Amino acid sequence: MTEQQWPLWEVFVRPRRGLSHSHVGSLHAPDAELALRNARDLYTRRQEGVSIWVVPAATITASSPDEKDSFFDPAGDKVYRQASFYPVPEGVEHL
Amino acid sequence: MSFGYVLALADDALIAAQRLAEWTSRAPELEEDVALANIALDTLGQARLLLTYAGELEGAGRDEDDLAYLRDEREFRNCQLVELPNGDFAVTIVKLLCFATYQHELYSALRDSTDERLAAIATKAATETAYHVDHARLWTLRLGDGTDEAHRRMTDALGRIWPYTNDLFNGDWIDPALLADGTAVDPATLREPWMSTVDKVLTEATLSAPDDDWAPTGGRHGEHTEAMGYLLAEMQYLHRAHPGASW
Repeated sequence: MTEQQWPLWEVFVRPRRGLSHSHVGSLHAPDAELALRNARDLYTRRQEGVSIWVVPAATITASSPDEKDSFFDPAGDKVYRQASFYPVPEGVEHL
Repeated sequence: MSFGYVLALADDALIAAQRLAEWTSRAPELEEDVALANIALDTLGQARLLLTYAGELEGAGRDEDDLAYLRDEREFRNCQLVELPNGDFAVTIVKLLCFATYQHELYSALRDSTDERLAAIATKAATETAYHVDHARLWTLRLGDGTDEAHRRMTDALGRIWPYTNDLFNGDWIDPALLADGTAVDPATLREPWMSTVDKVLTEATLSAPDDDWAPTGGRHGEHTEAMGYLLAEMQYLHRAHPGASW
């Protein structure tokens, strides 16, 4: 006998106003409404957040580890994309 | 005197928490396990505040532990509803729906109690119980309007639990002076809002309240069901075997 398991959900919590939601973990729930409540019970027990998102794990399209080189290596030699590459012009304050 | 009133509220919360905690490590899914334990902890927190206050009102030097662990069955004032065995998950959810909705109506009304300490406890508890009602509502909808087996179990559960809800609204044990001075809330006034919430959930879940006029009573006077002694034995064993034990 195979027992059907609840689908997997990814949980994102915003620690406080002004910050973005961050991924904190995952959980099982039969539907979105209960996933949100389970997330509340599992991931905000110590007042970790003021807002929760739950996303069906199956709907996330993720990059593959096999593609790591072609995805991320080309950015490695483009130091001019870093702010620190540029000298600060004389007389500019508050940078 | 208000000791008896506060004690009954405390015992409701204490015994309900003890029953819910029995699900720990046994719930259908890990997530639900945590959710039920979480609700039990809220309820236990209410019990601790109320027991401590009851002890102060009594003025005999009893603290929350003395009241929770060193009283015998006939001294407990909780309604019989909360001591009923958990049964299957459906029974637990129906019990939670009925009890949490009652608690929520009661605490919401007690926010205006003329007893400031009681009003403060009720204000905190009303927020917590709103979530408990919601949890029970979501599961009632999913089980009642779910598979045939789930619907059947929910119907059975309602049949088992429903008669014991009558006693929630019986106020014959409350000192009339407390009702008159605004310390206590007359439970009879809670029946209508309670029924309106519960009935709405049941209807949406394609369930209905049983047509049963059996209304067991007695918990407020220390008369309990046969399940109560076993519950207390488990709850009180450690404290009585090792008095003063702590973590």
